[in-house]
Amino acid sequence: MALDVPVIGLEVHVQLRTRTKLFCGCGAGFGAPPNHLTCPVCLGLPGALPVLNAEAVRLAVRAALALHMAVTPHSRFARKNYFYPDLPKGYQITQHDRPLATGGWLEVPLPGGGAARVALAQLHLEEDSGKSLHAAAGGAGGSRLDFNRAGAPLAEIVTEPCLGSPEEAADFLRALHARLTFAGVTTGRMEEGALRCDANVSLRDPATGDGTERVEVKNLNSFRFVERALAHEVSRQREAVASGAVVARETRLFDPGSGATAVLREKETFEDYRYFPDPDLPPLVVGEALLAQERHRRDEAPEALRTRFRTEMGLPDYDAGVLTQDRETAAYFEAVARRCADPKAASNWVMTEVLRQVKAHGGDWTRLRVHPEELGALLAQVAEGRLSTALAKAVFARMAESGEEAGTAVRALGGPVVRDGETLSALVDEALRAQPRAAEDVRAGHGRALGVLVGEVLRRSGGRAEPRAARRLLRVRLGLDAEE
Amino acid sequence: MSLTIWSSAAEIRDAVAGGEVSCAEVARLSLDRVSARNPPLNALLRVTEARALARAAELDALCARGGALPPLAGVPLVVKDNLCTRGERTTCASRILEDYEPPYDATAVSRLEGAGALLLGKANLDEFGMGSTGENSAFGPTLNPWDPARVPGGSSSGAAAAVASGMVPCALGSDTGGSVRQPAAFCGLYGLRPTYGRVSRYGLVAFASSLDQVGPLARTARDAFLAFAAISGPDPADSTSLPDPPEPLEPPAPRLEGLRVGLLADQLGADVDPEVRALVAGAAERLRAGGAEVREAALPHAGYGVATYYVLAPAECSSNLARFDGVRYGLREPREELLEQYEASRGAGFGDEVKRRVLAGTFVLSAGYRGAFYERARRARAAIAADFARAFAEVDLLLGPTTPGPAFPLGREGGDPLSLYLCDVFTIPPALAGLPALSVPCGFTAAGLPVGAQLVGRRLEERTLFRAAGFLEEALGLAGRHPS
Ligand SMILES: [Zn+2]
Repeated sequence: MALDVPVIGLEVHVQLRTRTKLFCGCGAGFGAPPNHLTCPVCLGLPGALPVLNAEAVRLAVRAALALHMAVTPHSRFARKNYFYPDLPKGYQITQHDRPLATGGWLEVPLPGGGAARVALAQLHLEEDSGKSLHAAAGGAGGSRLDFNRAGAPLAEIVTEPCLGSPEEAADFLRALHARLTFAGVTTGRMEEGALRCDANVSLRDPATGDGTERVEVKNLNSFRFVERALAHEVSRQREAVASGAVVARETRLFDPGSGATAVLREKETFEDYRYFPDPDLPPLVVGEALLAQERHRRDEAPEALRTRFRTEMGLPDYDAGVLTQDRETAAYFEAVARRCADPKAASNWVMTEVLRQVKAHGGDWTRLRVHPEELGALLAQVAEGRLSTALAKAVFARMAESGEEAGTAVRALGGPVVRDGETLSALVDEALRAQPRAAEDVRAGHGRALGVLVGEVLRRSGGRAEPRAARRLLRVRLGLDAEE
Repeated sequence: MSLTIWSSAAEIRDAVAGGEVSCAEVARLSLDRVSARNPPLNALLRVTEARALARAAELDALCARGGALPPLAGVPLVVKDNLCTRGERTTCASRILEDYEPPYDATAVSRLEGAGALLLGKANLDEFGMGSTGENSAFGPTLNPWDPARVPGGSSSGAAAAVASGMVPCALGSDTGGSVRQPAAFCGLYGLRPTYGRVSRYGLVAFASSLDQVGPLARTARDAFLAFAAISGPDPADSTSLPDPPEPLEPPAPRLEGLRVGLLADQLGADVDPEVRALVAGAAERLRAGGAEVREAALPHAGYGVATYYVLAPAECSSNLARFDGVRYGLREPREELLEQYEASRGAGFGDEVKRRVLAGTFVLSAGYRGAFYERARRARAAIAADFARAFAEVDLLLGPTTPGPAFPLGREGGDPLSLYLCDVFTIPPALAGLPALSVPCGFTAAGLPVGAQLVGRRLEERTLFRAAGFLEEALGLAGRHPS
């Protein structure tokens, strides 16, 4: 058997979804021009002092509870000392010997059904560093520094070294992403670095318990990278063992371009971070009140919600998955479905129209101006045939844009709904002339062709005709009973 | 105008409030004195004339409108040059910050100016507060106004010399292991180290964060008290500031009834100059005669104070000074390689004493040495604090000498840092325990050098210190004596 079984542990940095940074009042947002989100504190100017952001503590506690961890009542902050240009104080404020939470686990769905528990070691709070923008090699101008990210709040979540394959590691990361995004702990936007991952990889001989030296692989910032980088690293170590070489203890960097890992630094030049308790910050006390609040609001786990959407609401698994990707989507969907009493219609709308609007606003649900009750009412009207789907979509888009009420939006989109009188009569006549074949089919008893004619009326009315009224009049003109 | 350069802050404020003198005139009087005395003494690194005159004009306008005057209206003050002043250079007497202009005011500075004080200049110091002679300034030593061949003490050297020479009635210094009290003793002043956390450290350039505290130096007990009261109180920008409300502005009556004083007999042994010993014993006698109960007290672990301090303070200093790397502000010695640039910038920017402490601090925090030095020093610190707690179960105040001897000649101790560190032997223990301590003038040596006695009180009991100080001030009748 020999040294063959991969042993993988992950360290995941999750950016907490706070309004401000971990120790100052600067915005923790993304996309501002360089160095616009800075102040004396996060620039590390002489004399400036950190003040802990209570919202970050709340979100970290929420994450810890979602992951079944034990929250440390008295944790503390430490300084991790090292020099780097994007580290403004010459040290990072983090937690070292007393992290915010320990233990815990996360259930990861298995591809063949069922789930596996991944054991967690700890969760701690720390500040992010700035960003170095290096000029092309040999180019003029040197490096530039952007401190917008410096001081952004991170929760570092460390697993036990218990993941047995690159696929398992990637599945864990997906599950963690889903769980924390759902709980509102993080935006989960991978492209903005909301979730960043390092891995420790070694090989073990299950017979003897022997193992190779641990290799740290950095820069695994997407699910795909995790799997590719770890697969590369595992086979690299296997080849080394097979050729009789020693796997050195070192830090390697994943290069997405080549798909390979390369040495960043060797552990012989072991870094001594000279940790000590940060004298600028008192011990972090997580009170019973905060714990109680967070325990109380603890959400139904997304997996449970997904099952409920499937079984109780009869949604396809795909829909259930999309709708439970985060807490807001699920909550919005549930409210729409409750009002319109048609879960599948609600699901279709939320997955398309609603998520499109939210995405257009950078994922900010608070900027969606249509209340789910209003959308539910709109869908109920569509279901009753009082509004065409096309008009409903236009109405929804207009409401989202302008914040208008449904009635106002309908009027603004070309006047009142046409449901009787000469206008409708004329429209029906036009439709029958335009679709003689469909009219014949209906007369011949093929009721389904009626839909074609209704569609024709709606098209000619610019969506304003009430489908239910159009249908009724068409039936009368074709010699059928008005009601089906 | 009845005011002179020796008028107290309280007298100046009353004269301004009574319309006898304008703030502008007071400022002019002080500025003239600075012009005359600063060139030989080198007490101030910069005179902030424009800022003082602008504030004076505001206050005079307020006075003309009949507005209520703040408690320190028109009182000229200087602050140690490690307190940040917006738009005014703040150098910490270091080459590395020679041209550094902070974008904000330290809380203590804005509170003083808010109380009506006129900021007249930035006072010299031992670089970053490291030293006890004033000789470790990159911009030249400060001389003692009582004898220009002697040191004024440090590290608040310029603040003490400015007050003792009549440039201003009061100044702000900072005290890490004795940096307010020791120069106060050498210059015949009242110098207060407040309870740790009583005065915000926001904007005080950190030397050793768990020890640094801003405190006033003044020629009268009342002035020291007024300045302390003006800057005390919680500050949301400093997480280590205490929640207790600011000190009420009215000083306590100088009455001793019921006061129990512990005389630290260990501190009056053979290592202490006989004249100092006699003067401190004399002060104890005065207190007894005035109605206090004086008994002997002991601090069994105080002897470990210097060793403890010179582990903990350098440890914190090594981390606090890491931010001075020439990357974002301060002196930069440009090099091709990053590491070389760090070394060159810090090598050129820091003086010898600073380098010595950064090296020592880096060493005591290093893997393998941390336990033997840093962790042990933390335990010793706790033992010293426990000594004080035991002593304060029996007495309300502790009394001893501030320093083992009076001011010594410039350059005398230059070659031997260790013997200089021993000057702090009495001022360090209360700093380690976070307790308030006040150096009080208690007489002069035969050669005419001032001598200070140190009063130490319970946490937050600065008022008790001032009860005894006010009594001694009256009883000893030293007020009229000024340097020639
Ligand atoms: Zn900031």
